[in-house]
Amino acid sequence: MNRASRRPLWIIGLLAAALLVPLLLALAGTPAISPARLLDPAFAGSTDGRILWQLRLPRVLLGFLAGATLAIGGMVFQAVFRNPLATPFTLGVSTGASFGAAVAVKLGLVAGLLGFSSVSLFSFLGAAVTVGVIYLLATVKREFSTEVMLLAGVALSFLFSSAILLVQYLSDFTGSYQMVRWLMGDLNAVGFERPLQLAAVLLPGALVVRWLCLDLNLILVGDDFARSRGVNVQRVRLVLFGVVSLLTGVVVSFCGPIGFIGMMVPHILRLLLGAEHRWLFWGSLLGGGVFLACCDWVARALIFPAEVPVGIITALLGGPFFLWLLIRGRSSRYFL
Amino acid sequence: MTDALLDVKGLGYAPDGKRVLAGVSFDVREGEFVSVLGPNGAGKSTLLKHLNRLLPVREGAVRLRGRPVADYSFRALARIQSYVPQAKGYIPPYRVAEFLLMNRFPYLQALGTPGPRDRAVVEDALAQVALTGFRDRFLDTLSGGERQKVFIAAAMVQETDMILLDEPTTFLDPLHALEIYELLGRLHAREGKTVVMVTHDVNAALAHSGRMLCLKAGRAVFFGSPADFLSGRALDTLYDTPFRRYECPDDPAGPPAYLPGRSGP
Repeated sequence: MNRASRRPLWIIGLLAAALLVPLLLALAGTPAISPARLLDPAFAGSTDGRILWQLRLPRVLLGFLAGATLAIGGMVFQAVFRNPLATPFTLGVSTGASFGAAVAVKLGLVAGLLGFSSVSLFSFLGAAVTVGVIYLLATVKREFSTEVMLLAGVALSFLFSSAILLVQYLSDFTGSYQMVRWLMGDLNAVGFERPLQLAAVLLPGALVVRWLCLDLNLILVGDDFARSRGVNVQRVRLVLFGVVSLLTGVVVSFCGPIGFIGMMVPHILRLLLGAEHRWLFWGSLLGGGVFLACCDWVARALIFPAEVPVGIITALLGGPFFLWLLIRGRSSRYFL
Repeated sequence: MTDALLDVKGLGYAPDGKRVLAGVSFDVREGEFVSVLGPNGAGKSTLLKHLNRLLPVREGAVRLRGRPVADYSFRALARIQSYVPQAKGYIPPYRVAEFLLMNRFPYLQALGTPGPRDRAVVEDALAQVALTGFRDRFLDTLSGGERQKVFIAAAMVQETDMILLDEPTTFLDPLHALEIYELLGRLHAREGKTVVMVTHDVNAALAHSGRMLCLKAGRAVFFGSPADFLSGRALDTLYDTPFRRYECPDDPAGPPAYLPGRSGP
């Protein structure tokens, strides 16, 4: 059986994992909750019930949604730039969003819009500004050059990192600690408000990406090639950049800049499913969600009752795995 | 004023003040085979990219069926013209059949899935380039010749009246090059496709073209039939080198070959 015909099985497997794993992760932990107790009508009112419904399930759900969002964003950037290193994280979009959020924290802004806090809004603004600057730099050079965009992104990433350090330096000890802790990534959620807000952004964003999967397939071959097949490359790229900045901005504002997922998850799934984006889309969505939910569970379980920041876990798990993939001879062919 | 499928008038292009094309005029009739020749850097690929809107027409006019190409959407254009780019750069790890199916894009809805008709077109194109057994191979594992045939099949899958090709045989060995020319000849003669081919292969251009366009430093220095091309000695001036004519000793009536050379062999 070849790789293409195994695709439906992989997707079904991922779908099953996406349905089961979050529930199992919510039940496991300290204290562990037996699945049988879910059927008990008195359970929802008990302490364990409140832990499950108010803390664990929202947190697992937030992790799943954030992971799915980051993986989709990575998949889109890797395809548009035709480069596995190009993700919102490596191109400075996450750093721009972090800077926006840090400024909002520093200024102590409390106003919100449409249910999103000013931290979220500033964070989206930071992401959008970064994407805008990268895009402008590349269009000034007329030809859309991947190398120019990558370099611009790396430069912006450094710039925003320094700016964040400056904001931290200017803050008092508590504010500075909060920012550092937040920059390590955090999936804390009390109640379903945050997961639902993220879902409200992810769903339309993911729909747009799914809408443009046929376009992405051709853009991966080349801009001119895609255009000659009828893709309006300019417009598709603009729409996708907007969507990815929105998605990245919201995730970063909720959870901090969690790296590696956007690069690693789509890449691994490309090895399993191939580069066809209609399949890769579902794979990244489900795989990214399950992966981050699991990472967060590990982060909580590792040094109980302390919680290791989830960004550390994704990098610790992801880094070696990624290196192993690259070292395996066969995988160099599937570099993207 | 003209019944030409494609009509180019006074086309110029000078990005950043650097002149690449100047006052190029020619036309392509329905079902014609036109070759574009010229030294490296003469503007051949740039000209081709103006024909299918890959570059915007800033000076002069490019009309397709009487309408400026800019009036067509990319999707509408992709149903009339297909394009085989120069074989270079990154190739994604798609499977051959999966990749060919992607070229049905101009006929697919955004969330649609390719249907039996799309698959039939892909199978037909695979059969025409004799690569049916390569259906499940990965693009990036193919040889240069196989890859080029797949890219021509990708253009065929678009089911267009017109095919534009940019140096389709440049990196190929003589046998693979011959197969590509036979394939293009078949598409032209049997299916009545209009072909515009940029090439460095003078002999192939002479053998297959109805008319030839010669570019030198961005200007059209010749546009006409192969017979006029030869009688006018356009070949020697085009490449700034004398060409010699060779006849096949076993087949004196067959087409002669032209090769560059200052002195006798």
